Amino acid sequence: MKFMLIMRADDSGVDAYKEIPFEQIIESMGKYNESMMKAGVLLAGEGLTDAEEGFVVDFSAEAPLVTDGPYGETKELFNGFWIIEVSTREEAAEWAKRAPLGPGAFLEVRRVTEMEDFPADNEWIQKEEGWREEQAQRSQQ
Amino acid sequence: MTDVDRHEHAERSTSSVERSVAAVWRIESAKIVATLTRMVGDFGHAEDLAQEALIDALKQWPTEGVPRNPAAWLTAVAKRKAIDGWRRQERLDDRIAVIAHDLEREQADAADADPWDPDAIDDDVLRLVFVSCHPVLSREARVALTLRVVAGLSTEQIARAFLVPVATVQQRIVRAKKTLSAANVPFEVPPREEYADRLSAIFGVLYLIFNEGHAASSGADWMRPELGEEAIRLTRVLTALVPRQRDAHSLLALMELTAARFPARVDAKGEPVLLADQDRSRWDRGRISRGRAALAAADALGGGRTAYGLQAAIAECHAIAASVEDTDWDRIVVLYEALGRIAPSPVIELNRAAAVAMATGPASALRIIDRLAASDALRGYHLLPATRGEMLLRLGRREEARSEFATAARLAGNERERALLEAKASE
Repeated sequence: MKFMLIMRADDSGVDAYKEIPFEQIIESMGKYNESMMKAGVLLAGEGLTDAEEGFVVDFSAEAPLVTDGPYGETKELFNGFWIIEVSTREEAAEWAKRAPLGPGAFLEVRRVTEMEDFPADNEWIQKEEGWREEQAQRSQQ
Repeated sequence: MTDVDRHEHAERSTSSVERSVAAVWRIESAKIVATLTRMVGDFGHAEDLAQEALIDALKQWPTEGVPRNPAAWLTAVAKRKAIDGWRRQERLDDRIAVIAHDLEREQADAADADPWDPDAIDDDVLRLVFVSCHPVLSREARVALTLRVVAGLSTEQIARAFLVPVATVQQRIVRAKKTLSAANVPFEVPPREEYADRLSAIFGVLYLIFNEGHAASSGADWMRPELGEEAIRLTRVLTALVPRQRDAHSLLALMELTAARFPARVDAKGEPVLLADQDRSRWDRGRISRGRAALAAADALGGGRTAYGLQAAIAECHAIAASVEDTDWDRIVVLYEALGRIAPSPVIELNRAAAVAMATGPASALRIIDRLAASDALRGYHLLPATRGEMLLRLGRREEARSEFATAARLAGNERERALLEAKASE
């Protein structure tokens, strides 16, 4: 099963991170990534640039609204993610615990959906099939 | 909280610690056993020590909590057990003095440090893989040992995966350790003249594990995908350990591209679905792109394609085709021909026949199959009559086809496959 480790940080975490020399971050992250790569579990991983560079597309209004900058009132920022393939939830937790992060940082661990989560006789697929048949009959009438 | 609640809570946390221990073990066992083997010199003894440390962890961690660096804890406990053993046997010598000293120093150091030398551990793990797949061992023993020691699976998990009693797996492992010890198998990467053969023995074991998951050879399940996933993980480990070896990347490509089809290979009732009838939207795109990247990595090393590389290329042809009709069957025939030249085998010849049927038609395929049947090389192999039946059916020779399907059904070991063939025989 696949899990996404989502890196988040609150203001204190973001500030603390800025204090650490860049080279040190690169080295510790590199080691962490390498350990997961060597264990055969790492599928993907990316870090994100500063939230200032990002923008938000808000769907609350009728038309999607694009606003500059970080997420306004949100107190936590997403900074990056990893996707790992392991055999149990506990293994995902074990890898997450090893991330080189400090106070103010959080890793949210979520299972990635797989095709098996959508069975071939999925209710929606059946509904769609029924609907298609209905349409076909109607068009013949 | 009632007593019952409290009891349930305690049980839950015990089993959750057990699962955490298992997770730590899966991540660390190879490194722990490799480190211990280097220390005590004997692989079997090292494995016993590691298992004893694991038992201690299962006893202590539920009450004392999981240590901050579980691998260091496990290794230290195992080392201490080794020293205690030597003391009991009164084999106190300089070597033990050195280890005891190291152990004390390690404990004085930061508890977070890895209990092994980061520059040497990869070599030690590679040595461990070579030992687990050593040619003095039977195929079953190599598979059991690799899954237990390198992949960190428990004896129970291995038994469940291969549908054999736990005692059988235990015996295989005990016997394997005795065999290695009796043969004085050294803990080393084999010398240059043996290297290629020994490496291909490793890939053979990984492929065997993958295939057991891919097409379960016996029993009621059509596939056991966990085994396939485990084989893929181990092959990724190998690609990191021996990145210059084409076969590591080629085999990984073959596995990823084949496993990409797993989600479409059985229907909602667990019945097998043949390639032609699979819902290709259920194929795993991530696996396909990882498989193609691995094949490209193998190709980039130069030297042409190996047997695994050619098989991966065939799997790639299927993976990138929108439908059976859309598949480049001419290319698949050429790839099978190349494969037949490198690794001639009647099974590959049979697969070539099936591809020829798609590329040029059933009549030319039938001629290949008849030649194969006459050679008697695939006697007892259910896919020979099954494929012959398909060709006859497409040529309109329905009666002959039915009899071939009936023969195939009698020979099939997998229950679901048998049912499918029986249905075809009575169509």
